[in-house]
Amino acid sequence: MPLLLRTAYFRPDAGHNLTRILLLIRRVAILGVMVLGYVYFHLAGEAYALVSIGLISFAAVAQFAPVVFGGLYWKGGTRLGALAGLLAGFFMWAYTLMLPSLAKSGWLAVEFLTQGPGGWQLLRPEQFLGLQGMDNLTHSLFWSLLVNMGAYVGVSLWRPPSGQESSQALLFVDVFKRAQTSNPVFWSGRANVPDLQRLCERYLGAGKAAALFEAYAREAGVREVQAIRPDARLVQFVETQLAGAVGSASARVLVASSVEEDTLTPDDVLRILDETSQVRAYSRALEEKSGSLERATTELRQANEQLKSLDRLKDDFMSSVTHELRTPLTSIRAFAELLRDDPGMEPAQRGKFIEIIVSETERLSRLVNQVLDMAKIESGHGEWHTDRVDLRALVQQAVETTSELCKERHIAVDVTVPAVSPILMADPDRLMQVMLNLLSNAAKFVPVPGGRIGVSLQCDGTGVTVAVTDNGPGVAAEQQALIFDRFRQGGDASNRPQGTGLGLPISRQIVAHFGGRLWFEPNPAGGSTFLFFLPLSLAA
Amino acid sequence: MNPKVLVADDEPNIVISLEYLLKREGYTVTVAKDGQEALDAIALERPDLVLLDVMMPRKSGFEVCQAVRANEALQSIKILMLTAKGRDTDVAKGLALGADGYMTKPFSTRELVSKVAQMLGRTP
Repeated sequence: MPLLLRTAYFRPDAGHNLTRILLLIRRVAILGVMVLGYVYFHLAGEAYALVSIGLISFAAVAQFAPVVFGGLYWKGGTRLGALAGLLAGFFMWAYTLMLPSLAKSGWLAVEFLTQGPGGWQLLRPEQFLGLQGMDNLTHSLFWSLLVNMGAYVGVSLWRPPSGQESSQALLFVDVFKRAQTSNPVFWSGRANVPDLQRLCERYLGAGKAAALFEAYAREAGVREVQAIRPDARLVQFVETQLAGAVGSASARVLVASSVEEDTLTPDDVLRILDETSQVRAYSRALEEKSGSLERATTELRQANEQLKSLDRLKDDFMSSVTHELRTPLTSIRAFAELLRDDPGMEPAQRGKFIEIIVSETERLSRLVNQVLDMAKIESGHGEWHTDRVDLRALVQQAVETTSELCKERHIAVDVTVPAVSPILMADPDRLMQVMLNLLSNAAKFVPVPGGRIGVSLQCDGTGVTVAVTDNGPGVAAEQQALIFDRFRQGGDASNRPQGTGLGLPISRQIVAHFGGRLWFEPNPAGGSTFLFFLPLSLAA
Repeated sequence: MNPKVLVADDEPNIVISLEYLLKREGYTVTVAKDGQEALDAIALERPDLVLLDVMMPRKSGFEVCQAVRANEALQSIKILMLTAKGRDTDVAKGLALGADGYMTKPFSTRELVSKVAQMLGRTP
């Protein structure tokens, strides 16, 4: 049948309706088998019982077993191996069982049995290679199956299976391992529905083919037969249906001739592998991209958080500035209005109020200057004039400047400086600002009378440290971290000396600008020490 | 008897001006320098009205206002909040916490006097 289907007349594209011919061929084949059986019975029947003939036939049929089971369970089996196994098995069967039976019936010389062909004792059909002790049937079965399997396995292993064979083997052998058994692993090709339907009509009849295609369409979820997608599943379906009529191998040939199926070659496999590896490369690239995107998102989020917190800081700063500006303004306005509304105010009261207005105005202008100063330094627009700074002279000059204030408040100032100190490259005006801030802070907080301020300068291998010590109330532990914050003032609110709360933050920024640091240390004996350190890297 | 007014502010000069202003209007004035002191004075003196600064040490004006409103016995006390932060959210927060009025610094002395009088039900 497979051979027949390859001939020109039976080719599917020849267009004949083959249903009748198929049936006819089958009937003829059945008749032929029965005739052959009768002929054999006639030839050998005199010497053998019917049972023996059946057993001989069984031995013949058993030759199919190795190839069938191999095909089902062994992926390595090839078409060539199967053919070799079958041929060898049938030859051995014919030689060891069929020919002796003919010989015994008198159609061949009996010497063939007793002496072997041409007198070769080893080749005696019923004691092949000297094997004895078995009945004829077992002997034949042993040898034929041995040769059969040997040839099948040997030839299969001798040449590797082709790509097509491998894919078919994969389909058949692992059939239970895969859930979607209807999908071939690889199927590349083009088919169209009318061709396949015509094919079915020729072998199954027009009515049955139409019914089958409609059923398939329903199952595939499409409305009509024309809408069926000609994919691998449809091809598989048609092949299965045809297999019922002409056998699976023939169905395969038929469908293959109708469908433009591309044979799977090693090149195809390589191409598929190549595509797969490309897909994997793309997927890896995508993974990397998504990873870097994720990182970028995280960084952006962090940056956003930073900006937000900066924005909040700025907001807080503006809010604080507003508050600090409004407070003196409130006093000024209130007292000015009181004076305006009350012309008959006592002169002493009037003088006191005017004094407050003046001092609040001073506080206001100081505040404005410092806020501007602070903003300039923070935004990096501060003006810095780098010059040679003799810190020893600068400290003494700062003490000199505040001496008037100290004298007024009866504060004793003690200055300890070494004979020489390194010359630094820095902004003398800014450093003077720091010194004056620390000194005026100390002067504000020391007790009156009995206030004492100590100023000292020390040099070591790393830099210069200036310390301003006072015998004031010191800084409460919970405030020590806060006094360098903007608008934070130390001391009790009720008797806090005037200040803007910006002096120390500005001083700290100035010192930091020169790579130094400004910090606080409590005195063991009470009072505070503020120190700043400038590194020797500034040395001229 | 003159209505009692408590001035709670941590700025000495503002306290001086408010004290002078309210005394001139005929009120009895007591003074507190921070939030805690204000709370103590409220419980002790039972003023008719409190001029309450928001930004004060120890306890903020908001906290004081909340504490006063939480106390059943102090419900009759009027609270006029004063703040140097004129933001809308601050005003809303103060009123939400139960303040009766709100003024931003710097305030007009005349407006403050009329506001206090109005809250105490006096015709200026």
